[in-house]
Amino acid sequence: MTADQLATILIAMLGGAIRVSTPFMFVALGETLTEKSGRINLGLEGNLVLGAMVGYAVSFEAGSPWLGVLAAGVSGVFLGLMHGAICSLPRVNDIAVGLAMMSFGTGLAFFFGKPYIQPSAPRLESVPLGGWSDSPALAQALTINPLFFVGILSAFLMWWAFANTRIGLIVRMTGDSEPSARAMGVNPNLVRVLSTGLGGFLAGVGGAFLSLSYPGSWNEGLSSGQGLMAVALVIFARWNPLRCIVAALLFGAAGAIGPSLQSVGISQGYYFFNAAPYILTLFVMIASARSSASAREAPGELSIVK
Amino acid sequence: MADVATVFPSAGLASARLRSTAESIAVPAGALIASAILFSLFLLGLGKNPVEFFELVWRGGFGSSFSFQNSLQRATPLILTGLAFAIPATIGLTMIGAEGALVLGAFAAAGIAIPLVTAGAPVALTLVIMVVFAIAAGAFWSAIAGWLRHARGVNETISSLLLTYIAIAIMSFFVEGLLRDPASSNKPSTLPIGKDYMIGAIPGTDVHWGFVAGLVLAVVLQVVMSRSTFGFAARVTGGNPRAARAQGLPVGRLVVACAAIAGACAGLAGFYEVAAIHGQANASLVAGYGFTGILVSFLARHNPLMIVPVAIAFGAIEASGGLIQRRMDMPDATALVLQGIIFVVLLTSETLYGRLKLFQPTTTGDRK
Repeated sequence: MTADQLATILIAMLGGAIRVSTPFMFVALGETLTEKSGRINLGLEGNLVLGAMVGYAVSFEAGSPWLGVLAAGVSGVFLGLMHGAICSLPRVNDIAVGLAMMSFGTGLAFFFGKPYIQPSAPRLESVPLGGWSDSPALAQALTINPLFFVGILSAFLMWWAFANTRIGLIVRMTGDSEPSARAMGVNPNLVRVLSTGLGGFLAGVGGAFLSLSYPGSWNEGLSSGQGLMAVALVIFARWNPLRCIVAALLFGAAGAIGPSLQSVGISQGYYFFNAAPYILTLFVMIASARSSASAREAPGELSIVK
Repeated sequence: MADVATVFPSAGLASARLRSTAESIAVPAGALIASAILFSLFLLGLGKNPVEFFELVWRGGFGSSFSFQNSLQRATPLILTGLAFAIPATIGLTMIGAEGALVLGAFAAAGIAIPLVTAGAPVALTLVIMVVFAIAAGAFWSAIAGWLRHARGVNETISSLLLTYIAIAIMSFFVEGLLRDPASSNKPSTLPIGKDYMIGAIPGTDVHWGFVAGLVLAVVLQVVMSRSTFGFAARVTGGNPRAARAQGLPVGRLVVACAAIAGACAGLAGFYEVAAIHGQANASLVAGYGFTGILVSFLARHNPLMIVPVAIAFGAIEASGGLIQRRMDMPDATALVLQGIIFVVLLTSETLYGRLKLFQPTTTGDRK
């Protein structure tokens, strides 16, 4: 392999990672918020798909992609609040409810999305940031959708809020110990419903990215399970919003290896790389299980780390 | 009356048992009615006629022998993936990796069939080898999650989900590379096993033998889990792992065994997907049966026998999709919405168990 080819692959991977990572980032942040409050939402796939449909439909009807993004977020809030409220009832299993919400959200999206498969809605414009480079490949890789920056900004905001605000403290406390939350006069269920709702908003926005930027149209095969992967991303990121950015870029890059190898004529065998993030996450789990240092990172009330 | 309970203590027990059985029928039935009402409101909001809709579901799912057979056929993978969730649930594991075990089992069956079919091996022998490979692959894959749980304390829910993605990637790796049939240009697939090697239908029907296998397996697992020492040990462990360990039960082996049984069921589902439906391994195998099976198991309250009717009901809803699309001019996703509503409402109804006065065991009343 020549240096040129290697450069081509790396640039294509960079571009691919940036393009593909945005929805990962949003679902990971949404899931982080939910899990920090002590509950797991396995249904973000439903938020993602419904968000993609609603975002596209609203952008088409109203002519404004940003209005579409907002509407996608609101549809995510709807599913998130529903999940949160149902899981507040005693004896209800949050994992199963998540899967049911996934099936409900996808069903709604496919049902109402039929008329929007054909028409073309206004997309979100990407910002060309690679103008300084002579290489058209690099310039293309650095043509970045604004939602990517919104995602990074949200990650920093969430990280800062967890560490420095009263609300962040309440969410973390509820996730770590329900009795102490109660002792402080906090209603744990309310905190969790709101966290799941806001987490659902983020996942919905991630869905809007799929239909309004990349791949950039609405159809029923749009999501390849990014929403379900949120749980894996969050474990990989150890419930840290900033590390969610890294995890999303890594998962995105792993997915982009295939197409970038294809660009230099290697068309076989890259499927293995698609599995790399999951194998890596599994090793993270094995390494961190029964380790007291990593137990401190995980929310204590979370069913999956007990 | 207090004397009856004193003299025949089992009388009070029997009545308590009856009440709990009544509860486990009444709560899901009530939830189904509630889902039907919610969905009717949804339809009314869209200006459609709910009565016509439910009539079509009935006709499309059970109305004719053709539609009923269609429902049974669609129920087959759901029975097996439902069992794949229910068995580990008995021992307290929440494993959501049936999808991966199904895909890997299907791929193993299709993969091992290639040299056998090419060499012209006897049909029966080929099918037996395919079954063995499918079951072994599924069981092995799922056992990994069980073993990681026991040996390393890794959460089985997440690890089984991760293993699902790895299984799908393994299949894609081979299907798009080494084992790709050059003739499959649009949709990379393994070499078709061919009509002669496919499993036929049960005589006189269009339903493939997988349904019978699912039925038999449900009965067998019901007996094993409720009547055998293994099942008893598994239930004790599920109830209280610490107590089970203190009693000297081999908790680790039980956990891995339950996980392996789950994977075997899902792998068997994969075998039938290849040998009776697709005839080859490709991306169509990733159809979400593994995830729907989880919900089927929840609705059946993880009871192997109950999984069969629940799976048939969901098979029927899927089977009626086409009819609804044609007659009511509604998208085929309508069935998905109905399914989603039923899942959500039924899971919500879990909260009612033990809280309805009617179904609680009564105390004999005259304790003075």
